Amino acid sequence: MHPLTRAILGLACVLVAIWLVAPTLVVVPMSFNENKSLAFPPVGFSWQWYENFFSNPDWSASFGNSMKVASLVAIAATVLGTLAAFGLGRMQNAAVGGLLRALLITPMVVPGVVLAIGIYAVYLNTHLVGTLTGFVLAHTVLAVPFVIIAVSASLEVFDKRLETAAASCGADRLTAFRTVTLPIILPGILSGLLFAFVTSFDEIIVALFITSPYLKTLPVQIYASITRDADPTVAAVGTILFLATSLIIAVGLLAGSRRRRG
Amino acid sequence: MSATKRYGSFVALNDVSLHVEAGEFMTLLGPSGSGKTTTLNVVAGFTDVTSGGLTVDGVSFVGVPAHKRNIGVVFQHYALFPHMNVGRNVAYPLSLRGVGKAERERRVARALDMVKMADFAHRYPSELSGGQQQRVALARAIVFDPPLLLMDEPLGALDKKLREWLQLEIKRIHRELGTTFVYVTHDQEEALVLSDRIAVFNQGEIEQIGTGRQLYDEPATLFVGKFVGDSTILRGLARVSGEETAIDIAGETVTARRRLAGDGKPVMLLRPEKLQLVRPGAAADGRNRLKGEIAEAIYLGSGSKYEVRLADGSTAIVRTPLEAESFAIGDPVGLVFAPSDVKLLPDDDRAELTLT
Repeated sequence: MHPLTRAILGLACVLVAIWLVAPTLVVVPMSFNENKSLAFPPVGFSWQWYENFFSNPDWSASFGNSMKVASLVAIAATVLGTLAAFGLGRMQNAAVGGLLRALLITPMVVPGVVLAIGIYAVYLNTHLVGTLTGFVLAHTVLAVPFVIIAVSASLEVFDKRLETAAASCGADRLTAFRTVTLPIILPGILSGLLFAFVTSFDEIIVALFITSPYLKTLPVQIYASITRDADPTVAAVGTILFLATSLIIAVGLLAGSRRRRG
Repeated sequence: MSATKRYGSFVALNDVSLHVEAGEFMTLLGPSGSGKTTTLNVVAGFTDVTSGGLTVDGVSFVGVPAHKRNIGVVFQHYALFPHMNVGRNVAYPLSLRGVGKAERERRVARALDMVKMADFAHRYPSELSGGQQQRVALARAIVFDPPLLLMDEPLGALDKKLREWLQLEIKRIHRELGTTFVYVTHDQEEALVLSDRIAVFNQGEIEQIGTGRQLYDEPATLFVGKFVGDSTILRGLARVSGEETAIDIAGETVTARRRLAGDGKPVMLLRPEKLQLVRPGAAADGRNRLKGEIAEAIYLGSGSKYEVRLADGSTAIVRTPLEAESFAIGDPVGLVFAPSDVKLLPDDDRAELTLT
């Protein structure tokens, strides 16, 4: 490639990267603002909004709730989604399998507001509004499609003949699943787990409908804060989340590359 | 064992009956779709039968699932577990049987030694070549000392020289272990190299079971005659008189010193070594003689092979030794053979070989 072309391409890539990342990065300096405002560029330097996040019960409780809900949803959705992916993948009748799969994917496809209204209406009758159970159930429904897709992809490339080989070695179906199938499709399951967690943690639409003063998730708290006043604690939360996810991804990449090298 | 297997209206195995002696190397030979792999799957327990039974060592295996049968299986595609290294792959059947660590390591080492892969215990399957993977698969199948070892076209994916080398390795391992081997292949040369006895399959039935020599010298059906080894088939108007059969081919007559036992249109089959080529005009001294023309001349190193087009359009295959006279394409020749060398078989549509 011509050196000039390479330079222009490099410049274009850098500009695009900046354009993609900048909105997220803006949050970081905003969080250190001395005044209670979301002005950019910020004035002064202060850790007070970070302090507020950890000390103010509104914020710490909602963060704790989100973590709780997301963890439970991650486990529930992964178990259910993996079982579903297996069932769908091994169905005899392909037409019925396709139909079922489409059905199970609908929560991902249907507009969030439509789902939220339906869930809210049902929850009113069953007194699930503002409860942990309510949140976990709703988010699991939203997360299962992601798990199904992730695990199905892994299953698709899994060589079923390995299970036959395991049987010839003396493994019954459960043992073959545990010792051969599961370890091989684990990456798919783990990626499904991650998707499920993030989907729940990040979820705002349904949360806004089924929230109560006693049970708020972090996105709901952020939304309430932003619409009420210009509290830079929001920026602090954003920075913390950004750093946490970047760290997890970095660790994941390092671990992956070390395994490939070794 | 005896079995019938139907998939809907397709009969995969039609009352196939097979008895294998302990310690024998039995090969199931036949073209694709002939039922040999289905038979193997029935023995392994991967397929159940529509009707029939299976006994191994006097124990009935009807209704016994595959993982309880204690039979070693080697697959064409190796089927090594990619997430385990070679050592753990081979140890897998032992760990399932609750064998202790020290004993496991000893037996894994012994199995890997037998397939000459002892130094590879820490490698992963993705780092091995096809031949190496197949040897590991074999080690995994013998490590738990099964009474029976099944091999489903294990060398099909390998190149010729490697195949030939591994055939001899498999033969050696069979001798050292003394286990009963049942081997599936479509390659009749491979079957002849490896087996004590061969069962020839065609369209879901066994046409003949015998040693390689029996199949070659005394084929029971036309299919077996055509499938095992090269052959020349002579068809024409047949006349039987006493113990002799004569066939008219495009004006010439050839005789065989035998007659067919039952009904059926007699067809003559000749092996390429029993045919001799002479110049037109040379004497035949009491033997059969047909006019023909050399269509193809192939030099084999150890001799020559000729394809001769006969007057009725059919092709004869002739092998001549190194010191015989050589012929060129287009040469008119006389095809000479003794009546006693003719094998007489009933004609059979099932003998049509489809080349897949």
